[in-house]
Amino acid sequence: MADKLRTTQQLEALQNKYIGTGHADTTKFEWTSNIARDSYASYVGHPPLLQYMSLALGDASREETRVRCIEGMVRPVGPPPEVQD
Amino acid sequence: MSDGMSSSHAEAPAKKVPNASLTADFETIKRLQQERNAAGKKGSKTFDPSTQRTNNSTKASLTEAFDTELYGNGAVDKYAGYNTSIAVNDDDDQDMDDADGDDGRRLVGQYTATKEQMNEYAHGDTAEEDILLGREKQAQIASRESDYQKKRFNRALSPTRADAFGDAKNGQSFKEIMQARELDREEERVRKLIEDKQAKGEDMDGVEEHKPTLAIEDGQTNGDGAVQPPAGRQRKRRWDVSSETPATNGAADGEKPKRSRWDEAAGPDGAAADSAPKKRSRWDLAPSLGGATPAAGAGLATPMHPSQSSGAFGFGTDISGRNAPLSDEELDEMLPGEAEGYKILPFPPGYEPTRAPAHRVAQTPASLAGGFMMQQPVDPRSMGKDLPSELPGVGELRLKPEDMAYFGKLVDGADENEMSVDELKERKIMRLLIKVKNGTPPMRKTALRQLTDNARTFGAGPLFDQILPLLMEKTLEDQERHLLVKVIDRILYKLDDLVRPYTHKILVVIEPLLIDQDYYARVEGREIISNLAKAAGLAHMISTMRPDIDHADEYVRNTTARAFAVVASALGIPALLPFLRAVCRSKKSWQARHTGVKIVQQIPILMGCAVLPHLKGLVDCIGQNLNDEQTKVRTVTALAIAALAEAASPYGIESFEDILNNLWSGARKQRGKGLAGFLKAVGYVVPLMDEEFANYYVSQIMEILLREFSSPDEEMKKVVLKVLSQCANTNGVTAGYLKETVLDDFFKSFWVRRMALDKRNYMQVVETTCDLGRKVGCGEIVERIVGNLKDESEAYRKMTMETIEKTIATLGAADIGERLEERLVDGILFAFQEQSVEDIIMLNGFGTIVNALDTRCKIYLPQICSTILWRLNNKSATVRQQAADLISRIAVVMKHCGEDALMGKLGVVLYEYLGEEYPEVLGSILGALRSIVTVVGINQMQPPIKDLLPRLTPILRNRHEKVQENTIDLVGRIADRGPESINAREWMRICFELLDMLKAHKKGIRRAANNTFGFIAKAIGPQDVLATLLNNLRVQERQSRVCTAVAIGIVAETCAPFTVLPALMNEYRVPELNVQNGVLKSLSFLFEYIGEMAKDYVYAVTPLLEDALIDRDQVHRQTAASVVKHVALGVVGLGCEDAMLHLLNLLYPNIFETSPHVIDRMIEAIDAVRVAVGTGVVMNYVWAGLFHPARKVRVPYWRLYNDAYVQSADAMVPYYPDLEGDMLKRDELMAFF
Repeated sequence: MADKLRTTQQLEALQNKYIGTGHADTTKFEWTSNIARDSYASYVGHPPLLQYMSLALGDASREETRVRCIEGMVRPVGPPPEVQD
Repeated sequence: MSDGMSSSHAEAPAKKVPNASLTADFETIKRLQQERNAAGKKGSKTFDPSTQRTNNSTKASLTEAFDTELYGNGAVDKYAGYNTSIAVNDDDDQDMDDADGDDGRRLVGQYTATKEQMNEYAHGDTAEEDILLGREKQAQIASRESDYQKKRFNRALSPTRADAFGDAKNGQSFKEIMQARELDREEERVRKLIEDKQAKGEDMDGVEEHKPTLAIEDGQTNGDGAVQPPAGRQRKRRWDVSSETPATNGAADGEKPKRSRWDEAAGPDGAAADSAPKKRSRWDLAPSLGGATPAAGAGLATPMHPSQSSGAFGFGTDISGRNAPLSDEELDEMLPGEAEGYKILPFPPGYEPTRAPAHRVAQTPASLAGGFMMQQPVDPRSMGKDLPSELPGVGELRLKPEDMAYFGKLVDGADENEMSVDELKERKIMRLLIKVKNGTPPMRKTALRQLTDNARTFGAGPLFDQILPLLMEKTLEDQERHLLVKVIDRILYKLDDLVRPYTHKILVVIEPLLIDQDYYARVEGREIISNLAKAAGLAHMISTMRPDIDHADEYVRNTTARAFAVVASALGIPALLPFLRAVCRSKKSWQARHTGVKIVQQIPILMGCAVLPHLKGLVDCIGQNLNDEQTKVRTVTALAIAALAEAASPYGIESFEDILNNLWSGARKQRGKGLAGFLKAVGYVVPLMDEEFANYYVSQIMEILLREFSSPDEEMKKVVLKVLSQCANTNGVTAGYLKETVLDDFFKSFWVRRMALDKRNYMQVVETTCDLGRKVGCGEIVERIVGNLKDESEAYRKMTMETIEKTIATLGAADIGERLEERLVDGILFAFQEQSVEDIIMLNGFGTIVNALDTRCKIYLPQICSTILWRLNNKSATVRQQAADLISRIAVVMKHCGEDALMGKLGVVLYEYLGEEYPEVLGSILGALRSIVTVVGINQMQPPIKDLLPRLTPILRNRHEKVQENTIDLVGRIADRGPESINAREWMRICFELLDMLKAHKKGIRRAANNTFGFIAKAIGPQDVLATLLNNLRVQERQSRVCTAVAIGIVAETCAPFTVLPALMNEYRVPELNVQNGVLKSLSFLFEYIGEMAKDYVYAVTPLLEDALIDRDQVHRQTAASVVKHVALGVVGLGCEDAMLHLLNLLYPNIFETSPHVIDRMIEAIDAVRVAVGTGVVMNYVWAGLFHPARKVRVPYWRLYNDAYVQSADAMVPYYPDLEGDMLKRDELMAFF
């Protein structure tokens, strides 16, 4: 019992620190949003990769791609699903 | 003690002992040693004096008498150590007493303490308490409070205040309170006047010549008919009597002193009739026992509890129990019963008995402290069945008699169906509170949560009305207080601004925590007050606490000041500054100014360097109070400045610039306590200044300091010393200046024997002298005090030794001249020999000084050694221990001086002492031997290692930690540096002994033992050692097996893994669980230690691990997993991915284990493999289960996912699965150029 309590507390602490972590009840929406956001963050965080992408996607500059990545982080997989009941 | 000895040392400074005499010393010591060894053991079986070896055999000898005690073993005189003849006259007996010291007769008589002195602690106030009686009382907070802290019981919970921001109708307004306070002060003043007058009157009744006739006449002629306070009184006036008294005269004042109860009604206005300060005669004290705050009954929202009011008169004086109504049982006893034809009638309908005392208003305490009364420690009715341990709706609880006063309602058995909502609420709160206060932890937890959650529905009033009186209870214990305070803390959050009307009540209860001696209580108090301040807001806090600032009672002002400081730290200093400025400049009362300055003093104490941004404002606030007309205010201002400067150090001098002149000129004008404060402030401000200023200001203050050197006041002495060391530490003060003006006086006033007797003075003098020394140089200081090393007072010698040690430790001995050096060494030798109690200070001092002198010691070493030798042979164990410790300290110096021969001799002597029976001493002797081995080296060691080591083997069996640690260290050193001096067989023997060490409690010993295994294995090859260790894996004891595993790992590391692994893996074939586990454990340590070397052995051990990972036993798999972890981390990037992947496949099914240890190891191993083979590959295993329909599957998979995410989120990005769906595609990754 106490052990269970500790694990939930540890999980809470972990999730406060790392938003991207999940648990058994994580929904597809949450998970995919995190994936998308993490991906964008990763592109932005590696300038050579970003340069490559901006060239391949035909953007005018690396900055443009960067801004698009950052803007893409808002609702990356669309609006949250309707809450039933 | 001995005149002979001290004079020989005192007169002849450090004689250089010729080597011939030292050799003679050695001979003597050796002879004595043998005799002592022999006599000490009394010829026991284990010791043979001819060889001085211990006979290790456990068998009884066939050639010896078994009972050596009785028959002796022939070689030793069994009467050695005894007197063989009895003296004829009694005088000889006196010599026996001090036979070990000197044998001269004492010329000075011996005095002993009187019987009174010896029995001082047996009776009266100082008597030790009865433990059993005291235990219960000790837990109570009140029992360990000082009289000052007990003043909190004098405060009553004030009436509920109006909330100026909300509902302003209910409760007292600010104006009313200020008026009430005014009345209080007036009352206090008048009472003082009357008291003084009464004292005076009694005087006049008595001896006639004490009457200051002149003063009386003056008083009478001055006044206009009214009775003036006699002039003589002013001298006696206490500081807390309002200073305005003499100024007020006129008709109204005139009648005050002689106001009788008859005048009362005819007060100046009607309002005074009910609230005018009553002159308290002793007769009408009883009903109003409030003390400083408006007391008891009148208008209290929270009825004060009887236990509070009656309790104020102290233990045992409450005889109210006698006057309490008789219980049914008592009445049955007293009155004739049905047998005699009487009958008990039932209650008439409609009659309701008065029940719990909680309902009665403060009852009249039957008697005050006066008069005779019987002690009645326990109320008879509180014993036995009347005290239920079970409350309805609460359960079993530990109840104290006092609790019944508060929670009595719960047992009255009233019908809850007929109660109003408020009553029900009250009972609900009561139940929760008793659970929190007295319940078990789980009960407490749920009750606390309910209280917190429902705080707003219960409402602030009902909650605080019950909590606060509990906190005022006299018999409150620490734990209870902590819990109740916790309750307040929690509900404060919830209630937020609803607490406003109760702010003052809460403060009255919580403020005493701020001056509690317990640190945690103070922290708790601060926490509550700062939360309260945040909830109630600054304006409300100020209006609540303002009336207490010039309260008549000093205790109230003090605690209020501290509380205000907490408010300042909670709401920010700038918010409070305007108020503080106004208070500090108050014209109306000096008490207000005093409190204001005190707040400013407390703020830096509380906040430390966080005051820096507001330093200027705070200093400006109190600046002009330095010239206040009241001494008390001036003193506290100086202290406040000291606190501010201390907190600001080393910054912020510019904030103090305006007040510097006042401070310095003030210091010249003050005397006594005021001066101490000013000096303290100066002491803290000087270090902030730059050099030039510091120099100037120090010279300004120095004459005062010099003057106060001779002050008899202890407090002043401490301040002067502190200020002096602060001045000396400042850059601007030069060595020349100090030498010229300060040193002579300083040494004259402070280096006296008396200073060494008080611990605090002692410390301060040592510290100040060292600080001075840092400026003027080591030689200067040592020169002045070196003579004291031969002083007759031991404490003084110790103080000198400590000072010299500290000075030399910081400054080195280069400054010490040849002549001084001689005196110094002579002094330390004397002080060292003359210790009556062996002290670490002397040892440290000796060690430090000799080490600092280094090669200059050469000429003194023979003498030092001879001292050590004699002390090594002393009867007292501590002396021997200290001598041995000294050897370890000075061994390095002896080496530097080239005294190898001397060390050899010392080594031999120490070697002879290895039979020592006191483990502490034996440990020190081993330590000394070790330090000698370290400096001379294995080959030059005397006695030769081949003799020494066999003696150490049995000592390894000693269970004492100090002995074990030192032996193992010595053995390890020999094994490391000179293993060849011993044959392999002996080393193996030592190996066996070492196995036992693996069980030691101290980690250092186990570590040393493990390392020694490594050294030995290196010396004699791993095969034999390994065989021993592998055998040890079979033992039962877990810790031993674990340590063996560690040792195997270490052997593998020192002798290369290939020498160990085959044997180890072969051992795995033994069909025994412990052995197999041990092997796996060893492998785990082995791979942890060898790191990258593992790449050559991965494929060798993989089949073994394969087997282990599919074993049925889960501990097996767990240990195998930890092997995998260490292997994987060792081979990262070394091309062993295929093996790792193979192991991962075997590991993976184990993630469904539930035992915490097993699952933790599994997850760790998988993490390690992920590091070795790359995130992408392992994540392919993880995706499968993240959204599995069964929760039991999802949980461990998400754990793996989270671990991977935390450690390498970035690496996961390219490997996320391709998801179907419009928005889910990550096109960027598909882009190709």
